[in-house]
Amino acid sequence: MEDTNIYEYTLMLADSSLIMGQRLSEWTGHGPILEFDIAITNIALDEIGQARLLYQFAAELKNKQEPGSKATEDTIAFLRDAWDFKNLQISELPNGDWGQSVLKIFFLAHWQRQMYGKLIYSPIKNLSDVAEKALKEVTYHVRWSSDWVRRLGDGTEESRGRMQKALEYLWPYTQEFFEPEGYEWDGIFENAGEDFFENMKIEWNKEVSLVLTEASLTLPESHTYMRKGGKKGLHTEHLGHLLAEMQFLQRAYPGCEW
Amino acid sequence: MIIADKEITVEDIRKMLNEVVDPEIPVVTIADLGILRDVRKEEDKFIVILTPTYSGCPATDMISLSVHKKLRDNGIKNFHVVTQLSPAWTTEWMTEEGKAKLKRFGIAPPVGSSATEVLEKKHPRCPHCHSTDTVLVTAFGTTACKALFKCNDCREPFEYFKCH
Repeated sequence: MEDTNIYEYTLMLADSSLIMGQRLSEWTGHGPILEFDIAITNIALDEIGQARLLYQFAAELKNKQEPGSKATEDTIAFLRDAWDFKNLQISELPNGDWGQSVLKIFFLAHWQRQMYGKLIYSPIKNLSDVAEKALKEVTYHVRWSSDWVRRLGDGTEESRGRMQKALEYLWPYTQEFFEPEGYEWDGIFENAGEDFFENMKIEWNKEVSLVLTEASLTLPESHTYMRKGGKKGLHTEHLGHLLAEMQFLQRAYPGCEW
Repeated sequence: MIIADKEITVEDIRKMLNEVVDPEIPVVTIADLGILRDVRKEEDKFIVILTPTYSGCPATDMISLSVHKKLRDNGIKNFHVVTQLSPAWTTEWMTEEGKAKLKRFGIAPPVGSSATEVLEKKHPRCPHCHSTDTVLVTAFGTTACKALFKCNDCREPFEYFKCH
């Protein structure tokens, strides 16, 4: 039971990173200028790297639980269907324009920084090891995306308008960040008290609000309908299309390597 | 080079691995970069500990392969390469010699510590003209470990190896 929780939690983190990385990699060759293109695809690479480390651990857990299942990082990434994915919904949403993409990174990176910041104290060594490494990477993502949010929000009328629109589109997807699923409790965090997730949420809110205010953007009304369910496998229509592309090679040519 | 008729020591292994360079920045060795964490002997087996720089760094697999190849080419069969994530790799493990090599290669070496690094406020010395009147272009460069800067004096762009 305990291992199942750890397995599912690891998948939630890994899937969020992989799907985000896959989505952002669509920018390759399409960034507004070369330097920005390189930056956003570097972030995609970090995400996919983190996902790989987490999937390797997940595969280990799976093989321990079900000997003979021959799980690897690749089978977990490429041979599951949309309802098996536990990624936060925000990661699967389309990139939209540059502003929408950087705002996605901004929200997710702040969430990752909170999560990895707690996970470095996890009694589960595989998770704390990955967190220690990933925390350094997402710190750069936080700085880079915050800079962009300020620049565009506090920019021209056109850029501010687009950022405000992106904010209204993405904000409802941030609610599920800190609403724990059953698997997010057991033994994963050190001293996770009752208000553990609530405190992380307050911290996250404080950090993102500060930047959004500096960017002269207005948070949507609090009664906005908030989306959730990604963590237990409920997704938007966008995930299936993304997987169809990402998994094509392994589905068409099982076991193919390059 | 095959060492025969001689007891192979940890020092010998280190010497062999000193020839393994980073595939993306081939002027520095994996020891210079601090990727090679340790070599030790357990019973009759050599254990080589590597720590990857960035989670997604494509050079990581390549480096592990190069280590395998280097040891096998030297006739070493009984070894095990372990990838260790924690403690996480940091640029503070980079040797002074490694930093000097980077600079000669045209990459500004990391300045200061990762905990306090705010790239916008950094002015790494230009590896071309040594000016410190430099400015950040973008926080992410041609590889995960670098940022792009430009020099306001000689007007040349250059790469900076980020603190990590």
